[in-house]
Amino acid sequence: MKQLSFLLEKEFRQVFRNPAILRSVLVMPIIQLIIFPFAANYEVKNVYLSMVDNDHSSYSQKFISKITSSGYFILTDYSPSYNKAMESIESDKADLIIEIPYGFEKELVKENKAAMLIAVNAVNGAKANLGGAYAANIIRDFNKEIQMQWMTFPAFNAIPTIEITSSNWYNPTMNYKEFMVPGILVTLLTMIGTFLASLNIVHEKEIGTIEQINVSPISKSTFILGKLIPFWIMGLVTLTIGLLVSRLFYGIVPVGNIALIYLFAMVFLLALLGVGLLISTYAETQTQATFVGFFVMMVFMLLGGLYTSIDSMPDWAKWITKVNPVAYFIEVMRMIVLKGSGFADIKYHLLSVLGLAVVFNSWAIMNYHKRS
Amino acid sequence: MPSIAVENIIKKYGSKKEPVTALDDVSLEVSKGELFGVIGPDGAGKTSLFRILTTLLLADSGTATVDGFDVVKQYKEIRNRIGYMPGKFSLYQDLTVEENLRFFATIFNTSIQENYELIKEIYVQIEPFKDRRAGKLSGGMKQKLALCCALIHRPSVLFLDEPTTGVDAVSRKEFWEMLKALKQQGISILVSTPYMDEAELCDRVALIQSGKIMSIDMPQHIIQKFTKTMWSVRSAEMVRLLNDLQHYSNTEKCYAFGEFHHLVLKNESGGKDEILQYLQHLAHHEIELHLAQPNIEDCFIELMGNNKS
Repeated sequence: MKQLSFLLEKEFRQVFRNPAILRSVLVMPIIQLIIFPFAANYEVKNVYLSMVDNDHSSYSQKFISKITSSGYFILTDYSPSYNKAMESIESDKADLIIEIPYGFEKELVKENKAAMLIAVNAVNGAKANLGGAYAANIIRDFNKEIQMQWMTFPAFNAIPTIEITSSNWYNPTMNYKEFMVPGILVTLLTMIGTFLASLNIVHEKEIGTIEQINVSPISKSTFILGKLIPFWIMGLVTLTIGLLVSRLFYGIVPVGNIALIYLFAMVFLLALLGVGLLISTYAETQTQATFVGFFVMMVFMLLGGLYTSIDSMPDWAKWITKVNPVAYFIEVMRMIVLKGSGFADIKYHLLSVLGLAVVFNSWAIMNYHKRS
Repeated sequence: MPSIAVENIIKKYGSKKEPVTALDDVSLEVSKGELFGVIGPDGAGKTSLFRILTTLLLADSGTATVDGFDVVKQYKEIRNRIGYMPGKFSLYQDLTVEENLRFFATIFNTSIQENYELIKEIYVQIEPFKDRRAGKLSGGMKQKLALCCALIHRPSVLFLDEPTTGVDAVSRKEFWEMLKALKQQGISILVSTPYMDEAELCDRVALIQSGKIMSIDMPQHIIQKFTKTMWSVRSAEMVRLLNDLQHYSNTEKCYAFGEFHHLVLKNESGGKDEILQYLQHLAHHEIELHLAQPNIEDCFIELMGNNKS
């Protein structure tokens, strides 16, 4: 016990004398949380549009003014032909082409139907998808307006239609930040867990002090606890700062119990520190540890559901997310912060992460040898 | 009971197909209170031997005991009673002198006060800087602090792996004085060094080369075993001189040695005059030639030659 407390004292002394670590624990979360949610945004605005109007009728004019006034599209050019418009896509000036065919108005009036073409530049997948969807929506709207003008008299619609109205639960305004901020908080804890502890141990390997520790009678578990606890505490400090920032800057007050967030974070950090520890037992240099750490971190992040929904992943990827503590925590964070989920709702997640913590840590301890 | 007993230790590194033998059937014994030197060039296997004895490395075969405890089965006992200063000894640069010492005391389950007597003489020299960070100490002071850290738990056997490598001549001398003082306290010391001149400061030495021990004896005895006559030669053109002497028909061995070249002849009959004649014939001038007292390094070079043939 005396040994452990001195080990902790030593680690904290070193941390407080190392401004880089202090900064990364205290300042990094503030900066990341303030900047990224504004920049990393799902909403697609500024879709560059190239119009090809072959009809030059009043209806086509009406349509163009409708689409440009929607706010999503910026009209870059009117092209005389589809091929010309294609050129502006190729030179990356436009993302989307809408072509109104010749005789659009005539068809519409006469035949009661008309065709229109949307072509999307799919190099940027997200923009293409959403841009196309927005355009389709506007066209549908436009269509409805015309129907309204012409068929004012029938008591009920000749063609039965199902109108879909959706309401967004738990995040009624679909505020992207409320969704993103809890996720970014998880990212921060992940970084502290995977990197700080592993780099710390590998640093002792590099400078050679671990050799002296290895010949000492100190037990493996005391040594490892002495390394885990400081970073576990630092992780919780970061979480606290992060929650404060999201409250002060974004007004995000967790609907659920904050204590539950902390409980989960404690277990989560244990799992992540286990990953860091595992890396440090294999890596001989800080360069190796950083590279492996980054690789693991990328997998955790991209398969963690922060940017892309896990439900839409292929089955094999879903299986990976089952052993990804980050995926559990991001989900739990959103559940507690946005929805106010209680203990019973996150029980399964908590147990899974606890299991992962046990696996990672025992693997690391088994692989840490005081002798080779 | 010897402090350290090593029997037929073999350690190989690398793949099974191309193993590199670090220690080849090494045996030695160090008695209690002895200052024992392991002398050999870089890559001779010194560090591997130290790591096996300090329970950090497992040997492929052979047995070793430290203080009567087996290095494999009773490693926990050994870890309580040895002090180890690795070649790459390091302190926590960002902790102060005192904090470093406290740290090493704590991991050995002791305190500075408990064994202060033992390190006192060394520690008083660095005590004025006890609040300075270890990273800001000079090389010699770092070395003293490192020695204090290795001694703080009063080990009965001290392992020093190249403690004087990269330390200036004055500090080296001081360091050996400290080791002598520690010996008085009954601590057995196993020290390795690539510096041959330090061998003479040990009670006994083992000369090691390519994982093999060539000779174990008191330094004086090793020198006494060197029965050939040795000459010191110098002239105005040292490089050409070495080359010419190596091509001299009566030369057994000739190598650079400080300001002189050391020369061992195959046949002593001609003696000084013959060499002088040969050199003058080759237009060397300012020739200086006299008999030299062999030292450990000469013995080492001699033994190396024997080993190869």
